[in-house]
Amino acid sequence: MNILYLLIGFSILLALIFLAAFFWASKTGQNDDTYTPAVRILFDDEVQEKNDDIKSDQDHT
Amino acid sequence: MIIQKNIAQETQCYHCGDDLPNTPYVLDSKSFCCLGCKGVYQLLSNHNLGNYYAYNEVPGQTQKNSKSHFEYLDEAAIAANLVDYTDEKVSVITLYIPAIHCSSCIWLLEHLHQINPAIMQSRIDFLKKQVVITFKNQELSLRKVIEILASIGYEPLISLQDVVKKQQSDHSENHLIRKIAVAGFCFGNVMLLSFPDYFGLSALEQEFRTFFGWLNLAFAVPVVFYSGRDYFSSAWYNLKNGILNLDFPLALGIAVMFIRSIVEIVGNTGAGFVDTLCGLVFFLLIGKWMQQHTYHHLSFERDYRSYFPVAVTLIDDEKERPLPLNELKVGNRILIRSNEIIPADAILLKGEAEMDFSFVTGESLPVKKVLGEVVYAGGRQLKGAIELEVVKPVSQSYLTQLWNNEAFFGDKTMIRTFADRASKYFSIVLLSIAIGAALYWILQGETTKAVASFTAVLIIACPCALALSSPFTLSAVLSIFDKNKFYLKNTAVVEELARINTFVFDKTGTITNPENTGFSFDGHITEEEKQWVNDLARNSGHPLSRELVKWLNRPSKYTAVKYMEKVGRGISGVVNGQELKLGSASFLGLKMKTPTQGAAVHIIINNRYLGFFCSKQQWRAGFKDLIFKLGKEADLHLLSGDQDQDKQTLIPFFPRAQQMHFAQSPQNKLDYIRNLQASGRKVLMFGDGLNDAGALKQSDLGIAVTDNINNFSPGCDAILDGASFQKIPMFIKLAKDAVKVIHISFAISLTYNAIGLYFAVQGMLSPLIAAVLMPISTITIILFTSIAVRLYAKKNQLL
Repeated sequence: MNILYLLIGFSILLALIFLAAFFWASKTGQNDDTYTPAVRILFDDEVQEKNDDIKSDQDHT
Repeated sequence: MIIQKNIAQETQCYHCGDDLPNTPYVLDSKSFCCLGCKGVYQLLSNHNLGNYYAYNEVPGQTQKNSKSHFEYLDEAAIAANLVDYTDEKVSVITLYIPAIHCSSCIWLLEHLHQINPAIMQSRIDFLKKQVVITFKNQELSLRKVIEILASIGYEPLISLQDVVKKQQSDHSENHLIRKIAVAGFCFGNVMLLSFPDYFGLSALEQEFRTFFGWLNLAFAVPVVFYSGRDYFSSAWYNLKNGILNLDFPLALGIAVMFIRSIVEIVGNTGAGFVDTLCGLVFFLLIGKWMQQHTYHHLSFERDYRSYFPVAVTLIDDEKERPLPLNELKVGNRILIRSNEIIPADAILLKGEAEMDFSFVTGESLPVKKVLGEVVYAGGRQLKGAIELEVVKPVSQSYLTQLWNNEAFFGDKTMIRTFADRASKYFSIVLLSIAIGAALYWILQGETTKAVASFTAVLIIACPCALALSSPFTLSAVLSIFDKNKFYLKNTAVVEELARINTFVFDKTGTITNPENTGFSFDGHITEEEKQWVNDLARNSGHPLSRELVKWLNRPSKYTAVKYMEKVGRGISGVVNGQELKLGSASFLGLKMKTPTQGAAVHIIINNRYLGFFCSKQQWRAGFKDLIFKLGKEADLHLLSGDQDQDKQTLIPFFPRAQQMHFAQSPQNKLDYIRNLQASGRKVLMFGDGLNDAGALKQSDLGIAVTDNINNFSPGCDAILDGASFQKIPMFIKLAKDAVKVIHISFAISLTYNAIGLYFAVQGMLSPLIAAVLMPISTITIILFTSIAVRLYAKKNQLL
């Protein structure tokens, strides 16, 4: 049964790591803007020629 | 797909989507409504930013009425005020750009470096409509940055009052979220460690009991001293000021639970109440967080400084130079260009002034001023540049002196909520029960039981559910209002709304719709004749002619010749070979039997009198219904800054003529509200312009009515979208229902308290009962309030 002490220690340690991660995220402003990053990720990569963006548009339709 | 798009857009500007004029500007086989839009397109395609048009159709804003001047940004003092950070290499600035509205905007503004490589980074916060730009200040001046933004149609709003919502303002919210995180973390772990004890430990596992107990205690420390700290400081602060609010029994409960847990665990006499304690703090903080509802895109604190420019152009010895507004003095000669705002009361010296005072009065018809006349601050010049001499300092002008009024100093008297009042009695009753129970057991000679029952009463009656009923009810109401485009500053406003018994309306822009002035024609006129009228009136700058042309809403077909205008009286000319005369009755030499209501434009074609167009104010949709419903239960008043030409039409709405007041100055409005309040009334003011700002501030509840919530509205308690104007009676009904819901949930949580007290006074409260009762009562309250509010909202047709 003594293994329980170790397991509880681990579980609390794991939870503490998550708590620390949350603190870090909130401190570095990752929760300040919850909308824009969702839009930003959908933008296509840079296209070099103007005609290319028409092609990529057709791919989607 | 692409082809279809093009066909659909042939009648629209490729950039902004406005209707195309007869001869559109064409580039790359795309049509534009104006040179501005074409210029933006050209700039973007030159920098390989054509994707802007791929993400959304017509993402741009019309460029017809822009061209601002940013010379003042070259002044080091002004620039230093605006930037967030600067060193010898880079500068960072946060700008508020009202035009941000779609994903194309995000894409374009984050690719600014393609237009000018000296811009290192630009990041958008879409909800706040802000962009943070980092640029190399050696290669690019601040003015250039702003001019780049303006050139692609994203002119930032730079004003005296800070319109940028800095991250610092979110600090308190961030703190709260961290406290919730800590409390939640501890609560979860404590529950895990407490569960074995609930189910009973076998003899073999007894060694774990102390281990779990000590761990629990360790988790309780940050909950009490970090997450729950505010309750102690608030209770102590209020106690010093002689106020018993709900924080007092809460702090007492937390303290007693903590101390008793220490005693039990250290003395190995019991499991303590750590699970209840952590849960309590966790739920309480969530309630607090719900209450701090914020709107990113709205501001309720704006005053004239948000509307005014940062600097004006000063004319000094025939030379023009930018001057920060706070250095502007009486006697200075200033140059106001088209579309700029007059910052202080001034005398017109040169040029043709046509002022749009819609910021100030809500009246959208432009006003003409003659040389030597005083022009009040807040007006926007529409045509060409003018020169003025300042006669009053900025802060003492007709409009701005309103903010020197005492109503603007200090916060509005704190709105007394039901929870505040009830908590006083609650605390007193709670304390007397606890002391009573303790005394009873002392008299019985059982001191241990006395201590047990005293602490148990304070623990079990800790008003967690009570403290949560208001925040959860009110934030549910807020989100329902929000869906109906009614935005409240905070949750306390809901309770205030339920108490209102007097309504005061501003006229122009509030109960009338500024967009639509309508005309009715009295007489007989053919479509072709309307066309002629349209083509003649098009030439005139008179407000009435403009409104008429706007209302007729048709393209020009003929050109008018022999055009003549008698300013302010009428116009004449020949259109399509027909001789037309438009104007007032006296101009046309007519004798009218009955005076018309509203302004009339009489028409004579080829010496034949056809009749007249009569302008009528358009009330907002549902205004009649609204007045009827509100009038049944409350007093209605009207305060208008205009002359009383509309009095007759308003009499059916406001039956008591003495409650309609015209030609009221901003100060008059404020005083009127104050007088009403002095006679014991709870006043709600509806206003829209800056001239209502004083009345909005003074009233118990000020609501700004606006047709575009992204426009500026004066400081107020709530912002209402004009489209939801007719829903006001429903809003008020729901607010009253919400107060009812709060009362019922108070009753429910008191019942739970009574059950707990039954065990507590007998000194036989086990940690298990507390640990079960607390979450159950909390969840009951959360469920009840959210369901009840939704049901009431359905009943009031707000969902």
